[in-house]
Amino acid sequence: MNFDFVAAIVTIVGVTTPILLAATGELIVEKSGVLNLGVEGMMLLGAIAGFAATFIASDPQYSDSAPWLGALAPWLGVVVAACAGALGALLFGFMVLTLGANQVATGLALVIFGGGVSSLIGAGFIGMAVTPFDQIFPDNLAQDPVLKLVFGYSPLVYFAFIMVGVVYWFLNKTRAGLVLRAVGENDLSAHSIGYSVIGVRYGAIAFGGAMAGIAGSYFSEVITPLWAEQMTAGRGWIALALVVFSGWRAGRLLAGAYFFGLFMTLELYAKASGFSFLPSQFWAAMPYVMAIVVLAVMSARESGRAEAPACLGKNFTPDA
Amino acid sequence: MTIITRRSFVKSAAAVSAAPLLGRSAFADEPLKVGFIYLGPIGDFGWTWAHEKGRKAMVDALGGKVAADYVENVAEDASATPVLRDLAQQGHKLIFTTSFGYMDQTIQVASEFPNVMFEHATGYKHAKNVGTYNNRFHQGRSVQGTIAGMMSKSGVLGYVGSFKVPEVVMGVNSFALSAQAQNPKATVKLVMIDSWFDPAKESAAAETLANLGCDFIASHTDSPAVLQLCEKRKLFGFGQGADMSRFAPHAHLTAIEDIWGPYYTSRAKAMLDGSWQSDDAWWGMKEGSVVMSPYNKSVPDNVRAAADKVIAGWKDGSYDVFTGPISDQSGTEKVKKGERIADKDLAVIDWYVKGVQS
Repeated sequence: MNFDFVAAIVTIVGVTTPILLAATGELIVEKSGVLNLGVEGMMLLGAIAGFAATFIASDPQYSDSAPWLGALAPWLGVVVAACAGALGALLFGFMVLTLGANQVATGLALVIFGGGVSSLIGAGFIGMAVTPFDQIFPDNLAQDPVLKLVFGYSPLVYFAFIMVGVVYWFLNKTRAGLVLRAVGENDLSAHSIGYSVIGVRYGAIAFGGAMAGIAGSYFSEVITPLWAEQMTAGRGWIALALVVFSGWRAGRLLAGAYFFGLFMTLELYAKASGFSFLPSQFWAAMPYVMAIVVLAVMSARESGRAEAPACLGKNFTPDA
Repeated sequence: MTIITRRSFVKSAAAVSAAPLLGRSAFADEPLKVGFIYLGPIGDFGWTWAHEKGRKAMVDALGGKVAADYVENVAEDASATPVLRDLAQQGHKLIFTTSFGYMDQTIQVASEFPNVMFEHATGYKHAKNVGTYNNRFHQGRSVQGTIAGMMSKSGVLGYVGSFKVPEVVMGVNSFALSAQAQNPKATVKLVMIDSWFDPAKESAAAETLANLGCDFIASHTDSPAVLQLCEKRKLFGFGQGADMSRFAPHAHLTAIEDIWGPYYTSRAKAMLDGSWQSDDAWWGMKEGSVVMSPYNKSVPDNVRAAADKVIAGWKDGSYDVFTGPISDQSGTEKVKKGERIADKDLAVIDWYVKGVQS
């Protein structure tokens, strides 16, 4: 068997990136004390919006008169996907922050809403394809058997890494991050010293939605450059689980996402290589078994307790 | 006080979203109400999409004599049972359950509604009011296998499957046997992704197979993800369920197209004239239910000729890919020389032929 280690890592990065993007956004949302379960719905909104924008912008009737538009089309798609995700998130924000609706119920409604709206918009795009938004580096770097380890990815892969770093820096090193955490840990105190709890949470929710939207565009522009209903196939739920798994920390989020990607890819390699001494269901269950083991070990440790933001999932209701 | 749990919320939301589909009442002329349950979304451009095309073809063919409703995204678990009950209670007299995993739910609900006729796709359990129907997709697989066996340089072929159910196993075996008929050393690496529709995982599975040296990758899942990966890696693949050439203009060599319309029309007609009986229909290339898409222009003439010969053989009955000698993965002979696998054995097949790595 000619095992290509580099190629395997490229596969791992491919399956991990959308989960990582969505989970990074949700981390900020949950740190501000809001539980938005609608990640899957926002991803689907991003997937269709990103695909539609890319498809329309790369239409020859426009790109003939403006050749730059064709080259920019996938980037435009990502921006539109982020906007669509944020728009869905702001709808959720309006319901829970302004109207005081139950966060769990509203989040689940957002999943169904996102699925429905994306199917409706997507009906006209079934059977269409766009050019995949994969490599940005020239072929001699991106197709090199070894160098592709660093250069062979879609811009969104690098973006995901950068955003994990930015979120880590924001939460731990900036004053604004401190305010966001304060709002998530004790909304009344933050309110009483003059911070706008609702305003901070609106911002966090919009950011989370934009990241979920970009994660969705990774499906419809990078992995399979086409639109298919429900194409995210439950990755939003994995992203949600990952935030809990990470103990609400950016570094562990990155590790956890790659852990999941590693085991999913191992499963595929094991099956394709005919390791039939273990049933395939064993490999399929591995990521989840390992998740339970890690969670059990983490919660057994003293410091593992009370990692969740104290106000997570509770609506802010000041007395006055 | 009402506590909204996630489960009850999802249930009620599902009920609300299904209601408009089921709420249509038929007073005038009482057309025959036909119900369908679909596994995926109708926009999957694969399995469910093909059934939806068949439903529309039936409605078009029979005009106002039938009214057909469908429910999409029905999971292959206990949740299919209430959906089927609802359809039966709403007055649907003929109900098509369009995926293998609805088998026990179909049998169960059929026993509760003896006056409603059910047709279960790709299954093998029957009752007085439950018939089964299937297409001989494996006929198309043997065309793909012939092409792959002749054109593959490495002789290592990939196959992305969904679940180990007879329909998929038949396809894998047909693909492997017909490839080995052209290249006796051909092997098939098989990856089951434990899902019918998960583009990201289908793509990752195909990428893994490409990394392990496969230069042809067939797929038995519901999206064009595998083909798009083949296009990106400059490999070859085949469409599944529909002509998917526009997703992969170079990689797409041909496709198996599922044509369900004629069957649905004939069964609805049988209901209308009262001749419906539980049956075990298994249509194929001869009846026009399995059709190959046009070959890619990169398929050489001698390969086209060989593939056309296979198609002609299926149509006139002179060819059957499951003709012995056939051995299983361990090398044990399962079918003797000159014998064919009977339909009833094929319908429950659970072993892979020699040369399949799984």
